[in-house]
Amino acid sequence: MNFIEARKLVHEYIRRDEDDNVESILTALDEVNLDVKEGEFVAVLGHNGSGKSTLAKHLNVLLKPSGGTLWVNGKDTEDADNLWDIRQSTGMVFQNPDNQIIASVVEEDVAFGPENIGVPTTEIWKRVEKGLKSVGMIQYREHSPNRLSGGQKQRVAIAGVMAMEPKCIVLDEPTAMLDPNGRREVLEAVGQLNKEKGVTVILITHYMEEVIRADRVYVMDNGKVVMQGTPRAIFSQVDTLKSYRLDVPQITLLAYELRNAGVPVPEGILTRQELVEALCRLY
Amino acid sequence: MLRDITIGQYYPADSVIHKLDPRTKLMATMIYILSLFIFRSLAGFAAVTLGLFLVILLSKVPIGYMVKGLKAIVVILLITVVFNLFLTPGETLVSFWKLRITEEGLKNAVFMTVRLIYLILGSSVLTLTTTPNQLTDGLEKSLKPLNKIHVPVHEISMMMSIALRFIPILIEETDKIMKAQLARGADFESGNLVKKAKAMVPLLVPLFISAFRRANDLALAMEARCYHGGEGRTKMKPLKYKGADGIAYLLIAVYFAVVILLRRFL
Ligand SMILES: Nc1ncnc2c1ncn2[C@@H]1O[C@H](COP(=O)(O)OP(=O)(O)OP(=O)(O)O)[C@@H](O)[C@H]1O
Ligand SMILES: [Mg+2]
Repeated sequence: MNFIEARKLVHEYIRRDEDDNVESILTALDEVNLDVKEGEFVAVLGHNGSGKSTLAKHLNVLLKPSGGTLWVNGKDTEDADNLWDIRQSTGMVFQNPDNQIIASVVEEDVAFGPENIGVPTTEIWKRVEKGLKSVGMIQYREHSPNRLSGGQKQRVAIAGVMAMEPKCIVLDEPTAMLDPNGRREVLEAVGQLNKEKGVTVILITHYMEEVIRADRVYVMDNGKVVMQGTPRAIFSQVDTLKSYRLDVPQITLLAYELRNAGVPVPEGILTRQELVEALCRLY
Repeated sequence: MLRDITIGQYYPADSVIHKLDPRTKLMATMIYILSLFIFRSLAGFAAVTLGLFLVILLSKVPIGYMVKGLKAIVVILLITVVFNLFLTPGETLVSFWKLRITEEGLKNAVFMTVRLIYLILGSSVLTLTTTPNQLTDGLEKSLKPLNKIHVPVHEISMMMSIALRFIPILIEETDKIMKAQLARGADFESGNLVKKAKAMVPLLVPLFISAFRRANDLALAMEARCYHGGEGRTKMKPLKYKGADGIAYLLIAVYFAVVILLRRFL
């Protein structure tokens, strides 16, 4: 069984008036199918309001499906007994670094998760150290989070999730509020966790460049999964992506425009290196 | 202006006082505050002064740094002095115009001022030598018995530590909103009190909205990290009494006894 399996997952936000009558229904997830294997790096793309965050919150059982089924780590999210197991096995990192750090000292924040699940004290210390080392923040363990940069705060948040020893991390636009440096730091940390520790990563993002290192990409629009495949396969369909109000990475766009102008470069070029090589082969 | 607030600030240093268990320090502070309202003679005054300054010395926090914290209460001090000086009935010392200063008034004014100053100094020893987290941990553990009468002790201490973490963030945000509104032509300075209060509305509304959003986000983040109240929770840094705490409790008891005896017999 896959680590995450969603079948025809539906979520409706229902707005009620004062008398509890349904005022309006917004279908934020519309029969979504999602399969993620253990150790995979999956990216989710989509325009604003396409339902990405709603999907992410389901993976951690912060929201319950209105229809369909969702299995995480072999457990049905519908069953209340599985709640803490699932939250421990699937950690979540949110967009705003300030609003997810709870303690006033970095190491104490990282300890928050393990404390909640009742890990013994000596083990907590080991996990905190391991978590902070895995994102390269160990030298800041006694600092106040308020004095860290956005990228560093976000890495502390990731360390806090790692200290719960999850199998999977879901990151909901973790770089949206960061500068380019912070973005690079965070992505590198995430990439490393995936490669070296085999942690399953689900990265929700707006930035096309961040998607390139993923194994697979899901594209969402209006609550539906509208495309899925490898980054190369996705980015070779420039026109389709544009119809979902998404851009492609600049290099891919350049290659696309070159093709349109009659230069025979291959489809789905992702990096500068690839474009250079393709062009050199031509001339 | 907002940045001058020093309450709840921690002054890192390597001292005996810093190393004491927060519960010991909480108890000591309470006893000290109590003693401030017990003493009434010069000998008692000497005892509370000696007690305070010995502890400050031991804490290795510069006195100047502590005195800075008094700035916040200057106004209150002045009001106390004025009221006590002029409104206490008794033997007239001096009088001019319609006001008169009495002997009792003078004595009251001096003692109240000393009490207030020592109160602030004494409690700032606690906050300066104890990290906010230790403090809330200490409170949580000291108040645990109240759990039996359904006081949500863990929740209160969690709220306090979150508040302490977010105060600087919200202050920064207030600054930002203030500047944004100033750039739009808002005027927070001129006009009478009513006008000034009205000028605060465009500041408070966005601040509240943002605070609620933060609270919502934080609640989600805490839940995602398996937070479900105090039950079954372990601690990274559990509180443990050490030898020094025993000695400290003994000294506190001796101090308290001395202050009480001085009130009775001197
Ligand atoms: N708590 C809520 N109550 C009602 N509607 C909501 C709620 N949260 C989200 N929605 C709506 O559900 C839809 C999907 O929202 P969601 O936050 O999942 O999108 P998103 O893809 O994460 O967008 P963004 O890129 O802006 O983060 C949107 O139309 C949004 O307005
Ligand atoms: Mg979102």
